[in-house]
Amino acid sequence: MPKNPRPTSRLSRRELIAGTVGAVATAPLAAQQQAVETTRRPGRGPNGLDQRSPFVTPRRDPSPTSSRTPLQDLQGTITPADLHFERHHGGVPEIDPDRYELLVHGMVDRPTIFTLADLKRFPAVSRICFLECSGNLRRGSAETLPQMVCGLTSQTEWTGVMLSTVLHEVGAHEGATWFLAEGQDAAVMTRSVPMDKAYDDAMIVYAQNGDALMPGNGYPARLLLPGWEGNASVKWLRRIELSDRPFMTREETSRYSEPVGEEGQIRQFSFVMDARSIITEPAYPTTLEPGWHEIRGLAWSGRGLITRVEVSVDGGASWADAELQAPVLPKAHVRFRHSWRWKGGPAEIMSRATDETGYVQPTWEALRAARGPRTRYHQNPVTSWTVGDDGRVLFGVERLRS
Amino acid sequence: MRAVRSTVIGLSTVWLLATAAGAAAQPAESARFGFGRPATETEIAALDIDVGADGAGLPAGRGQATDGALVWARSCAVCHGASGEGGTAGPVVGRGHGRPTVGSYWPYATTLWDYINRAMPRNRPGTLSADDVYGLVAWILAKNEIVGDTDVMDAETLPAVVMPARDQFVPDDRRGGPEVR
Repeated sequence: MPKNPRPTSRLSRRELIAGTVGAVATAPLAAQQQAVETTRRPGRGPNGLDQRSPFVTPRRDPSPTSSRTPLQDLQGTITPADLHFERHHGGVPEIDPDRYELLVHGMVDRPTIFTLADLKRFPAVSRICFLECSGNLRRGSAETLPQMVCGLTSQTEWTGVMLSTVLHEVGAHEGATWFLAEGQDAAVMTRSVPMDKAYDDAMIVYAQNGDALMPGNGYPARLLLPGWEGNASVKWLRRIELSDRPFMTREETSRYSEPVGEEGQIRQFSFVMDARSIITEPAYPTTLEPGWHEIRGLAWSGRGLITRVEVSVDGGASWADAELQAPVLPKAHVRFRHSWRWKGGPAEIMSRATDETGYVQPTWEALRAARGPRTRYHQNPVTSWTVGDDGRVLFGVERLRS
Repeated sequence: MRAVRSTVIGLSTVWLLATAAGAAAQPAESARFGFGRPATETEIAALDIDVGADGAGLPAGRGQATDGALVWARSCAVCHGASGEGGTAGPVVGRGHGRPTVGSYWPYATTLWDYINRAMPRNRPGTLSADDVYGLVAWILAKNEIVGDTDVMDAETLPAVVMPARDQFVPDDRRGGPEVR
């Protein structure tokens, strides 16, 4: 291959001088200059732990109790472990894996203590699924990022042992109908979980995207209940107790329950996350140029497969099917995309997910009509982004105001 | 420490022998991996702190509202307010709709005991004595006018307290499908 770095270099310098005359030429010229500059000096050598480019700075949005995944900064469906949302009730404990143990007792033949190494010796299973906090909706203002609308959901390839395998090991009694999962954080988080879920698809996981769990996600081991509200997937799992009744802990009575109807009823043990979607781009704070854009977003259902995502660009007057990126996995985020030509003028873009049970993501009005005005968890309404004449994209907060 | 360890080893040996004997008689048993070690009663007791809605797990001890008032002022008021009206943390007193307080929303008094014992106060969880927790529960229940100011709360009386919200709780009726619930 002929090499002629010098002429290229001279060309670059000439254009640099020419470029200073007109600002319009600056950006392409800077790119051309850089394309050569980086070839003129050796880059860094191999290192022990890579990190993002200094020009790439996605950040979770932390509050005193949670931090939200920057959905607008991500592509595909897997959430980088350090951007997975966090929600915890007593801070993140620092746990030495060599002194970590899991106690399984109650209605079992053999109350047993497992070390982390014990858990890892069991047959391992990997599964891609989403986690979502059931308090995952902020209505905020028009100037709201996707991260703030519903950034309390993330997706991971988890690896661990099926809980059913562990239950077989300890000899779970047939009469057991619930188990208590308890964390070793300062909240000593506890939730009761039906045994049906234990035998269906519950796992004890110790790996997140191939690596050890991040501390904020339960290092060294956590419960994983695919498709269920995140709080029940108890982190820093120290104890499992089998029983023939639920334990009625604070987090399944006064919290993570929701008023429904007009007669003061409170819905309890509402575990499953219903189907939902959100458009992650274009979204606030983007300003659109007229022309072709790809509407992109995520859809998921705790009841299984997403079968359809529809997109509207006219505020719901008409809908078109978006493309779903294969593979579509059950209880997992699926990426949807839809090409759209914005010709200028006001628009309102929105998405609507349908799952394999035939459930269609409801409007805010439909949710309120079904549950009454005081509902607080499991709010999964269709949300929208409005596009102004000037191309400015804002969160469609008016749709969530009734 | 040494005594505990030798107990564990002793139990473990017995358990392994029992397992080996069982394996010969019951082929299904052989599908087990034999991972982990048996948990002793002592080890279970050290972690088994949960209190059931029927009072199972409540320890000895007692307290009434006047006892709890002192603990409240010392350990709770800074976040929940001097009278439980709420502050940087939520309210624990009140019956009104839309206020998820003990009086309006908690179905079991035993849950109060379990939660305070395991997770409160926020900056020093797990440091209250059983009597402190009984006293606090009595104070909170009295403030909500669910028990009297002089009622004593202990392992017998607490599970018998009927909370105002007890019958409001209903199971989740969402099942997927076209109907929004």
